Amino acid sequence: MNRKELVVSALENGTVLDHIPAENVYKALDILNLKGIESQITIGINLASKLYGKKGIIKIADKFFEDDELNKLALIAPKATVNVIRDFKVVEKKTLVMPKEVIGIAKCRNPKCVTNHQPITTRFATIDNGNEISLLCHFCEKITKTKHVF
Amino acid sequence: MNNKSLISIWDFSKEEILHVLETAKEFEQNRVQNFLEGKVIASLFFEPSTRTRLSFETAVNRLGAKVIGFSDATNTSQSKGETLKDTIKMVNNYVDMIIMRHPLEGSSRYASEVATVPVVNAGDGANQHPSQTLLDLYSILQTQGTLEGLTINMVGDLKYGRTTHSLLQAMSHFHPKFIFTAPKELAMPQEYKSFLDNKGIEYIETTSLEEHLNDCDILYMTRVQQERFTDPMEYERVKDVYTLDASMLGGVRQNMKILHPLPRVTEINQDVDETPYAYYFKQAENGLYVRMAIISYLLGYR
Repeated sequence: MNRKELVVSALENGTVLDHIPAENVYKALDILNLKGIESQITIGINLASKLYGKKGIIKIADKFFEDDELNKLALIAPKATVNVIRDFKVVEKKTLVMPKEVIGIAKCRNPKCVTNHQPITTRFATIDNGNEISLLCHFCEKITKTKHVF
Repeated sequence: MNNKSLISIWDFSKEEILHVLETAKEFEQNRVQNFLEGKVIASLFFEPSTRTRLSFETAVNRLGAKVIGFSDATNTSQSKGETLKDTIKMVNNYVDMIIMRHPLEGSSRYASEVATVPVVNAGDGANQHPSQTLLDLYSILQTQGTLEGLTINMVGDLKYGRTTHSLLQAMSHFHPKFIFTAPKELAMPQEYKSFLDNKGIEYIETTSLEEHLNDCDILYMTRVQQERFTDPMEYERVKDVYTLDASMLGGVRQNMKILHPLPRVTEINQDVDETPYAYYFKQAENGLYVRMAIISYLLGYR
């Protein structure tokens, strides 16, 4: 990290979410429920990345996530890395684990699915075929790719 | 939920499928079974389906139980805005089992999670209709003597036709081969082909009914269902694409049988009815024995 970057965005305490696909940064804010929180958030989009070409990064001051909460990010950014910062130092690095089930946050794309007509909490099983993640609706049994859901 | 329901064909293991088919065979030999005397079973048809409803209700009666319910939702409190959850909770208090058909996909799964009694899915939109699948399997077993290693030729609407999708899933336990005969617009969806690829099950796709007519043990014909189409032009293009008539059956395998979930429209000519290959009316009758077997199994009797 060069000095200039540190001046802009060094965190004293908080969480850095790195290696998010550039196009999914806004979705990441949504899925982690970060809209409307009080802490300072720094967002970088289309940053150069050796691995992915372009990536996104989100730095959230004074915010620490539970693993369950964080793992939802795997649905749209399976290769994201998480650095936990305390007193300007990385005290923990986490990798995401794909959740087996997605409850409540996604909407079924099947217009005839019962969850789109009755007050029912949605529920999906995740299917990871290696390069793409899909959701299997617990109710109507239809499979939707996550890129069409979030 | 302690009670076992039948919502999707995946709810039954291979062993359970074979068990139900075995029981159905007993019931075919002796239709008068009264061991459910004193039980009450709800038959909730939120959309009309005379054939399925009569078959289920006859099965309940043949087992000695009584039926309550409705055959269409217009006169129920659903039309007053009651949620499905409340309707199911209310009926659940009265009965030992709920049989339901509903136009929304996933509605039966949801009902089975709200109810404490077993729920049988009698069709949830274009999703699942497992008693149809089990009666198809029973018909295949009865005509071929086995479910193992058969070649099934599915014809017609393989895109929207839920019976073909469920049958394909259920047959995957028994090392089949498939021939998919459909116009390009109604071809078998990729997700089912991927499912077969993953299981190492062979299939051929064709647009010609004649091409593989002589290569199969079961010819599974389906109707192109107007109600499943969102595009009326697409329906007009494909509705009469295949018609099977008796003159086409000269070279078929001697053991070959023609199945059809019924009702048929133009896809099977009436002159086929008189050939030894026609089995679709007997197939519909088999639904009674299979439904008797499903009900008695889920209630813990056989």
